[in-house]
Order: sequence, then structure tokens, then C-alpha cells
Amino acid sequence: MLILECPYCGVKAEETELSPGHEAHLKRFGPGSSDEQFESYMFARKNPKGVHFERWRHTYGCGKWFLAARCTATLEVFGTYPAQTSEPPADIVAKIKARRPNWEGVK
Amino acid sequence: MSEAASALGNASFEGFATIREIGPMGMIALRAKHDLPQLSAALTAVLGLGLPERRRILTRGEVRVGWMSPDELLIVLPYGDVAATVAALTQALAGVHMLVADVSDARCIFRIEGEKAAQVLMKLCPVDFAMLAPDELRRTRTAQVPAAFWAEQGGYTLVAFRSVAAYVMGLLTHSAQPGSELFPG
Repeated sequence: MLILECPYCGVKAEETELSPGHEAHLKRFGPGSSDEQFESYMFARKNPKGVHFERWRHTYGCGKWFLAARCTATLEVFGTYPAQTSEPPADIVAKIKARRPNWEGVK
Repeated sequence: MSEAASALGNASFEGFATIREIGPMGMIALRAKHDLPQLSAALTAVLGLGLPERRRILTRGEVRVGWMSPDELLIVLPYGDVAATVAALTQALAGVHMLVADVSDARCIFRIEGEKAAQVLMKLCPVDFAMLAPDELRRTRTAQVPAAFWAEQGGYTLVAFRSVAAYVMGLLTHSAQPGSELFPG
């Protein structure tokens, strides 16, 4: 069971109270972009076995979208942070590096 | 004018806790950023209650103001006072980006009463009841539908959407069946 703390309402919500929103920090390629860029934005996803940044929505609670960093293999949660964040906050990156020294980084 | 009626005609059930559908109850949804300077003043002027802190519900007599999300408040008050309160809040918050909506008829409201009232909800909601503050408004789900509840006068008050009132009554009734207590004694 995955338990994520909603950064907006502070509830430690379990998975059934949340909706998954897949990979976080995608850069949108819209009109004027090349076919390759649009294809990668539309279809290419990381799907790693390990550290992953995800979007979640606190559907049954405050209804807000937030972002979470967790490990897909162990379900370890490194932290959650507001959705108005374009890249993972430094404290969460530091926490991941401490727990996963071999982690290759955000990109 | 047609008479206001509650969703289930004030149905009730006696199990190891008492379930009562109460209402019609006035409910107002107020959406605005909570850091708007006018918001706290408007709530104080119109309702005599300030801005609740995160996940808290404030009570004064029959009026309550609850924190629903970073930009939403729920105001619970007697059904007859809704129109005047909506008008007063709209006027008090004129000119700012906000929404005041009467949602009384879109919701249903239940009382779960008795010493074991919490056990009725423990079976239905993914909530750690030991961590709840006494004046906490908790939005969550009851089985498959969204709901919000808070502790009050020897029990809990639960708010859900009116369209699922019969479903919620069924859940609470089933959860309160005599002999199905979670803890003995």
C-alpha cells in the first residue's frame, strides 16, 4: 500500500484516496514543434525500475494535483511536493541521492 | 414555492450506533484563495467566524465553516439562512476573484451517533482515526463515493453528494449492524 502525504492538505493519504497521473515534469511540445519532439512528448515515457517522479491527485480529499518522488521497485517514498514545481526540489533530490547513491539523476 | 425536502426523508437506523439522515441543511461552497485579505474579514462580518486553519472546522451556534482545500471553504448553516448569507458574502467579497454558491440541495447530511460511532466510519473510510484532531474536517471517501465528516456532540456529521444519499445510507446502515462492532465491549 502506497501512502503519500498531500502537500496541500497535509493528509497522509493512502493509495485508494488518490488518482495516479503518470510521469511528472514532462515538457510539452505543441504547435510548431517537430514530429519527433511531439512524438516523444506524447508517447515516450521513462517507466524506470527505481526512482520515479509522478503526478498524483488527491481525488477524494482536497482535489489538488501534486508530485511525488518514489521508487517503483520498493515503493519507498522520497517525498511529495506541490505541482507548481518545474523540477524536483533540491531537498528531495538530496534525499534520493542519500538513499540511492547510484541514481543517475533527474534526466 | 415547493417545500425543501431532505434526500431520504430523514431516514434513520438503530444499530450499534444511531444513523440519522438530517436535513435539509444549508450548505454554501465558497471558493477563493485563502490568502485574500478580504476573506477573513468577510467571514467574520457575515458569520462571526474567522478563517479556519488547514483541515479545521469552526463552529458558532448552528453555523460552521470548514476548510475543504487551499481554495475552498464549506459553510454549514440552517437551511433558511442560505439565501441571505449568500447575498451578504457576495457583497462582502465584491470585486475579488471568488465564488459563493448555494449547494444545499446538491448534498445530503448524516449524523452517526453513539459511543461507537467512530467504528461505523472506520470500516468505510481510509482514515487513521487516532490521528484526527477533535475539530478536524476530513474529506475522504466512504466506500466508493466522496464524503467529508467531522466530530461533533457525541458522534460524527457526514456530508456527501445528494445523488448518492441512498448508497451512503445503505453503507452506514450495513456498517452499524448490531454485533458487527470492530472492538469488543
